[in-house]
Amino acid sequence: MSENEKLKYGDAISAPFWEAAAQRRLVIQHCRQCGAYQFYPRPYCIACGADDIVWENARGEATIYSMTTVRVQIAPEFKPPYIAAVVQLAEGPRMLANIEGVSPKIGDRVKIAWRERENAPPLPVWTL
Amino acid sequence: MNVLDKHPVYIAGVAESPLGEIYDHTELSMVAVAAREALAEAGMTLKDVDGIFVNYMGEQGSVQVGEYLGIHSARYLDSSDLGGAAFEAFVQHAALAIAEERCEVALVTYSSRQRSLRGRSMAPPPGRVSITSQFEAPYGLPFPIGYYAMIAARHMHLYGTTSAQLAEIAVAARKWAQMNPKAWKRDPLTVKDVLDSRLICDPLHALDCCLVTDGGGALVLTNKSRARGAVKKPIRVIGMGESQTHWHAAQMPDMTVSPGKISGREAFAMAGITPADVDFIEPYDSFTITVLMALEDLGFCQKGEGGSFVSGGRLAPGGALPAMTMGGGLSYNHPGALGLLLLVEAVRQLRGEAGPRQVKNAKIGVAHGVGGVFSTSGTVVMTNE
Repeated sequence: MSENEKLKYGDAISAPFWEAAAQRRLVIQHCRQCGAYQFYPRPYCIACGADDIVWENARGEATIYSMTTVRVQIAPEFKPPYIAAVVQLAEGPRMLANIEGVSPKIGDRVKIAWRERENAPPLPVWTL
Repeated sequence: MNVLDKHPVYIAGVAESPLGEIYDHTELSMVAVAAREALAEAGMTLKDVDGIFVNYMGEQGSVQVGEYLGIHSARYLDSSDLGGAAFEAFVQHAALAIAEERCEVALVTYSSRQRSLRGRSMAPPPGRVSITSQFEAPYGLPFPIGYYAMIAARHMHLYGTTSAQLAEIAVAARKWAQMNPKAWKRDPLTVKDVLDSRLICDPLHALDCCLVTDGGGALVLTNKSRARGAVKKPIRVIGMGESQTHWHAAQMPDMTVSPGKISGREAFAMAGITPADVDFIEPYDSFTITVLMALEDLGFCQKGEGGSFVSGGRLAPGGALPAMTMGGGLSYNHPGALGLLLLVEAVRQLRGEAGPRQVKNAKIGVAHGVGGVFSTSGTVVMTNE
């Protein structure tokens, strides 16, 4: 798959997220009116309604908000056991996540890593 | 005076469809069987129905069900998809419609054959453009158990809730099921059995999870004058509420607070009661954690105290708060969406026709539906007075 085709992944509102992901940069939306960060992307700030939002580089740091070790195979591409988690970004918003290569616990601080994918842009995942 | 004081609404008939593993019916024929039986309890027939409320009965579900039942002149229709909580929400929608005279006889119905059709998958939906397929599906979180597992894990992290406490809920459900001949699982169950069962998504074990069965049912709601013709005792709805919080795991505002906080507040305030007035509750038990957190959010105990609250058999037969009295989704039946069967059981308890599992002197009962990934809830307070 060409880089151009990878960019077709996603939608009109999320395109900047995946364009940055292609360069292994994590970006989130920031409201210049009220200061709120938001994820997943929307066309305006859902905290205050302002249109004045910009994409910013996230720090790539997060805390594990909750997690589970998945021990059942739900599809061929997922090989249990693995860790699915919700992480809270340093900026505030939460993302679904995998925690890779470690045995973490809730409250642990994690940092961004990227998982290469065959047919889509790199996926943000996390590690201790 | 609230709307239900001015315009009393009753559940005048209830029925279960065939339950368990069903090969000699379709979903629509199961609905038809249940609808006729519930209407007979109300002293009515399909000809009386002018409001139809269904969920999960296919595209434009009320239309498909209405056509199958030969109801072509209904004037209030609702196929709102609120998952398993839709049916408690339908009580609110139907009661308001009846109060406003937009319909007089509301049929709420549902069925599923997801056991016999093996229609259940934990895999995320395919795709490349939806929010779910971009931001959740790639992480392989099993639906819905992975979501509830993370909710349980966070509850344990904050409040010290234990797997043994969650197991007490499954054990209580089984004890009730042992008194219900229609229950799918009736063999004895201990806390140790639950803890020894296979971990699916930590901390939830196989026996923390509800069954997957076929089944369904029907309810008939109507106004006071029409309820006088009922064959069995009509049960009055005195409080109702519904709410929702999130669709995606990372968007739940607080993973240890469910939408039951709001649906319960609305329903209890409308009924003018507190949890201390409740004689029994039918909480949605998709997973053990679903019950524990709902009891906190409805105010039966403080947030974080659910683990100790459910311990010592409080929810079991003979306990202070009878709950899941037909055996719940954990042991009786769970046909994809349990919310309707919670209402059926609550009505039977309030009529005093629950046989060996009858809660003595039950006057006020609560059905609390939960849908999605703790996404929605509907709370209904009923009385036989």
